[in-house]
Order: sequence, then structure tokens, then C-alpha cells
Amino acid sequence: MSEEKTKEPGQTSELKVSLDPASSQEAAEGKELINRRGFMQGTAGVLAAMALGSCSWQEFFQNNFRRMTKGEIEQTVERLRSEYKQKYGKDFVVDAEGPIDGTFFGYALDIQRCIGCRKCVYACVEENNQSRDPQIQYIRVLRFKDGDMDLEHSTIYYDPEEVPEKGYYYLPVQCQQCENPPCTKVCPVQATWTEPDGIVVVDYNWCIGCRYCMAACPYMGRWFNFADPVIPADKVNVNTHYLGNRPRMRNVVEKCTFCIQRVRKGRYPACVEVCPVGARKFGNLLDPNSEISRIIQTKRVFRLKSELNTQPKFYYFFSI
Amino acid sequence: MRQFLVGAAQRIIKGSPLYYVWVVFLLAMITVGIVAYVRQLQSGLIVTGMTSYVSWGFYIGNFTFLVGVAAAAVLLIIPAYLYDFGPIKEIVIIGEALAVSALLMCLMFVTADLGRPDRVWHLIPGLGILNLPSSLLGWDIVVLNGYLFLNIFIPGYIIYKAYDNKPANMNFILPFILLSIPWAVSIHTTTAFIYNGLAARPFWNASILAPRFLASAFCSGPALIILLFQLVRRYTGFHVKDEALFKIAEMIAIAMAINLFLLGAEFFKELYSDTHHLSPMEYLYVGLQGKGRLVPWIWTAFAFNVTAFIIFLLPFTRKRFITLNIGCVLIITGIWIEKGMGLIIPGFIPAPLGEVWEYSPSSIEILVAMGIWSIGALVLTLLLKIIIPIELGEFTRSSNVAREVASAGL
Repeated sequence: MSEEKTKEPGQTSELKVSLDPASSQEAAEGKELINRRGFMQGTAGVLAAMALGSCSWQEFFQNNFRRMTKGEIEQTVERLRSEYKQKYGKDFVVDAEGPIDGTFFGYALDIQRCIGCRKCVYACVEENNQSRDPQIQYIRVLRFKDGDMDLEHSTIYYDPEEVPEKGYYYLPVQCQQCENPPCTKVCPVQATWTEPDGIVVVDYNWCIGCRYCMAACPYMGRWFNFADPVIPADKVNVNTHYLGNRPRMRNVVEKCTFCIQRVRKGRYPACVEVCPVGARKFGNLLDPNSEISRIIQTKRVFRLKSELNTQPKFYYFFSI
Repeated sequence: MRQFLVGAAQRIIKGSPLYYVWVVFLLAMITVGIVAYVRQLQSGLIVTGMTSYVSWGFYIGNFTFLVGVAAAAVLLIIPAYLYDFGPIKEIVIIGEALAVSALLMCLMFVTADLGRPDRVWHLIPGLGILNLPSSLLGWDIVVLNGYLFLNIFIPGYIIYKAYDNKPANMNFILPFILLSIPWAVSIHTTTAFIYNGLAARPFWNASILAPRFLASAFCSGPALIILLFQLVRRYTGFHVKDEALFKIAEMIAIAMAINLFLLGAEFFKELYSDTHHLSPMEYLYVGLQGKGRLVPWIWTAFAFNVTAFIIFLLPFTRKRFITLNIGCVLIITGIWIEKGMGLIIPGFIPAPLGEVWEYSPSSIEILVAMGIWSIGALVLTLLLKIIIPIELGEFTRSSNVAREVASAGL
């Protein structure tokens, strides 16, 4: 993978069926190339680096989202919209809507139904404007042999003709939206926090890129934009939220937000909608009659790594 | 003050040919480092070997090692100021200068690791948000800067008084000196807690981490000091008694004994209980799933540390400069591997969902790191260039005035 490839939009290779590892590693392996060429360009680019790319003064002095006034939020949203218009040639919606009163979101995944097709993985990438190059994917589908639930024995690299495979079962993992999140606690600048409706979000413009939250997460729920994210203009999703799927910049952390741009408008997350077998359930935990509440009340449920007391709002369950 | 600065600047500019060669060499290395860093700013952290799996690497490893070096100044302060051990008291200020340059390197390594250095102002309370008390990284920034202040202020005061040919007011400065002792312990403890507090990473989530940090810091820092003093003694008129060096070496032997004991305790717990918490250690010492880039490194570190321990333990090897210096080099290298890459990388391997994804530093990372080390060495050189003449009584207000008068007369 060459440097040009990471910089030119539209160069993304077709999404493979198999889950590639975050390809930043592949790019890192091509680093020798970059280095040798880099020195001369590097010196020439001192000034460009000083300005740190496209960072405008307004962007530089932008406040933490939670400290902005209504007016400042509106201004920022307008600025982002014109930036995105310039970059992708499309009119964006950048919501900054707050939570709906009386909602607290939860998620449940039926591991007996999941067939490991990874449709959720790619629906998520498209909905949430993840970088296609280097690739970022919020959902990782682990494959286990029947009779074993040891994470170290699982793999995300499986590529059969057809799923499900005999003798295996699948366990998709994404941000578990913990009630006691280790990631927000460690952030030195409060660039990440839990919203009142239970969604753990990141202010991409406040993140300093220290990656402490990534070290703290026990679920690989956080991803880092090691290079400028590349999204082909024809693939970009223009319906965005400030704390969710708006296009990100390089060297900041991002994560699953339960599709905040959708769920705050009463829609399902993209992964729930796309699942061909209905293994993914989502809803309001505060409503005792919601599907999610019913599942937690009546099914055998468990949460990943419960011994760490992270208290995920992401449940796994057995439907039968 | 102006006089002092002018005098100091003149002393920095003038030196032997060897001094010029050394400074030019460092400046060249620094330039290379800056060019590499600009490259990283332009392309993003993709030019490093780090990934979302192993999200900290060489920079944070060097940072961790250098915090130890900085904390080790306290090992000189205690005998010097509290027990009034003469031979060490004469040299303690040089140890503090080493702490200053180590701390500057620490701060530079953390900054080099940041994805968005343009946003560091977010850390400034008031202007930004420093997430206290919950973020250990926030605490680390506080204690590192506090320690930096103390290590500039205390020797600065003593040196300036010496420049003025006046005795230092111990009643004024002693509280700061006393404060710097627990503070030195705190910078290392807080840095250990950064890793220690993460339940997601069993390799770090062991209470032995902070004590081991301290023990190993008291090996590597003083070893560096022993080498530094011999250089100072050789190239300047500054006198360092052998006695002081042997005393430091004795302390290293004790610190290394504790370090090796704690390592043994860690080994026992992980091997005997034989849970999944063993995996990172397996990765480090024998390799996991056929991957083990760090294996040769960690065994080198182990061999170096044990050999150095024996050298420092036996009086006849400790008190001979050839073996003493070999021991110092072994210990510095050994701890640099163990407390650097050997501590950071296995924390990420296997990844929380079980994958084994390896890391090695890219050439950009290595060049940036060399640049930072060179800045540290340059800062130390220049500090010593001013401090030593003052300590020797060659550079004082009266001599400075006399010189100015003389040059004006010419």
C-alpha cells in the first residue's frame, strides 16, 4: 500500500468478504517506501505542517462540544457543512440534536441466530462514514469452534463459500456502550463521554490523539485514524450527527455510537436493520415493554467480560 | 541577571574542538529528527509502526524509561541533603541537571506520540479541560511539570547563589529539597499507574508494577549518573571522588536485587496460576502463536541485568572502573529494553479479543527518538557548561565583571 493510495479519495479497493485487519498495519509495513521518499518532501513541507493541513483558525480554537453555546454549535455546524460540501460536493446534514427524553438505549445480539455473514460490518462502514483506506470497521465478527468460548482461540479471519459453517458459531463484537466505561475515565481532556441516553461518544475536534482510551477498552471498541480517512464521494453518507458519523479527520479516535444520527430520530442502527436473520435487537431500556427489555427479562443473557465490571448495555442472548 | 546570561552565553559559545564536534553532531541528529517529525505531522501516525492493535510503541517506551532516569536524581538528593554525605553532595547538582534533561525528553516523547499536537492546549486547565482527578495521564502531566519546576528551581537557586559568591539560605531551600523526594517517587508511581489502572490489559494490571518501576528506575538512572560523572571528571576540572561513584554503585546493587526479586514474584504468580493472564508474558519471553519479535530482546535484557547485578554486588568488580562501566552500560541497556518496549508492547499482545498483532518501530519513529535523545544530550551539555564553572568557582559575578572590564579595556 503506497502513500498515494491513502491520500487519494476514490482509490479504495472493493470491500472484500473477508475481514482485513485494520489496514493501517499494512500501510505501516510499506513505511520504508514512504521514508526514503519522505525526507526531501518533509523539509519542503515544514510550513504546511505548521498549519497542520486544513486546520482553520475557527477549527483550531473550537471549544469542547459540551461547553459550546447553542449559537456556537450552530456556527460550527455551518462551518462543517461548507467544509464537507467543498470536499465531497454534497450538501450534508450535521445534526447536533440532543437525546430524546426518557430514552436509554440498549442492544442485544442473538448468538444462536447469527450466521457470521458480516453484512452488519459493511452496513456499518457505509452508514458511519468509516475510512475505506486505511480501513476501519467498528464490528468484528469472531468465529468460535462449537464448545469453545475462549477469545484467544477465536478468529476474525474466516472466508468460506457459505456461512454458517458447520461446527462453528459467531460472536460479533463492537463498542459495548458500557455503563461503567473505562475509556471515558482515562481521557485526559474529556473528549469522550456518555450521553444522557447512554451512548458513549467522541468529540473528534477535541480529541488530542493520545490513544489512552484505546488502551483502556477491553473490547477493541475504539479505532484510530492513522492517516487522512478516505471515503469515496459517491459512497459518503450525508445524513450525519456531530457526535456520530460526520466525516472525521486524521489522528483522532472514533467508535460505534449506536448510529446516534439514526436512533435519536427513532430509527434503528444500520447493523440492526441489515441483519438478514434478525439476530440484532435494539431499543429503549427504560420502556419495560420494549423488545430489548423483554429479551433481558425473559431470555438467558450474558455480557462480555462481565468480571471487569464494565456493565455493558450490549447483551448477548440465546433465543431458544 | 543580564550579566549572568551574557556570561553564560559566552561560556556556551566557547569550548574545545571536541566540544564543537560534539555539539555539531548533536545538532545534525536533531535536524534529522525534526525532519522525520515533520514527515509524521504531514502524513499522520501511519508513518509509525503503531496500529489500532498496538496503539502505543517506541515513543511511550522511551518516555517510560526516561521518567525512571529523572526520578533517580532523588537517589543522590537523599544522601546529599539528608545525610550530609559529602562526596555526593558535591555532585548532586549535576544529577539534577540530568533529571531536567530527562524530563524534557519525557515531555517531548509524549508530544511526539500525540496524534494532534496542535491541540495540546486542550490540556491547559481553564483554557481547555484537564480531566482530573480521573485521568492518570492528566495527573502525570501535573507531576512531571511539577518535578521539572523543582529540578530547575532548586539547583538554579543554589547555583545562582554560588555565582554570587553567597551561601545558599538552607532554611529557604530545604523545604523544596524535602518536597522533591516524595515528588520523585510520585512521578514514577503516577507513570506506572497510567498502565496499572487498565483492567483491559492484564500484563499491566498487576499491583507489582509501581514497585517494579521504582526499583528499575533506581538502577538505570544512577548507572547513567556514574558514567556521566566520569565524563565530567575527565573533560573538566570538576572533581568527583571515587567514593561517591562506588556509593552509587552500591545503591544500584540493592535496587537491582529488589527489581530481580519482584520479577521473580511476577513470574511465579503468572506461571503457577497459569491463566490467560500469562499470555502477554508468554509473548514476551517465548512467543505466542508463532510470533515473538521481542523474545531475543527481553532475554538480552535479562542476561544484562543479571550480569550487571553480579558486577555491582561484588566489591572487587564494583570498585574497578572497567567492570563498573561495563556494568553501567549493561544495566542501562537492560532496563531500557525491559522498561521500554518490554513493558509497553506486551500490554497490547494479545489484543483484548485475542489477536496477536505484532509491532516494531518504523524508521521514522527511530529517527524522531534519536532526535529527542540528542536534544536531551544537548540540553545537558549546555547546562553542565554553565554549572560546572560555577561549581568550580571559575564563573562568578566578580570574575564575570572583571572579565567584562578587561575585554572593554582591550
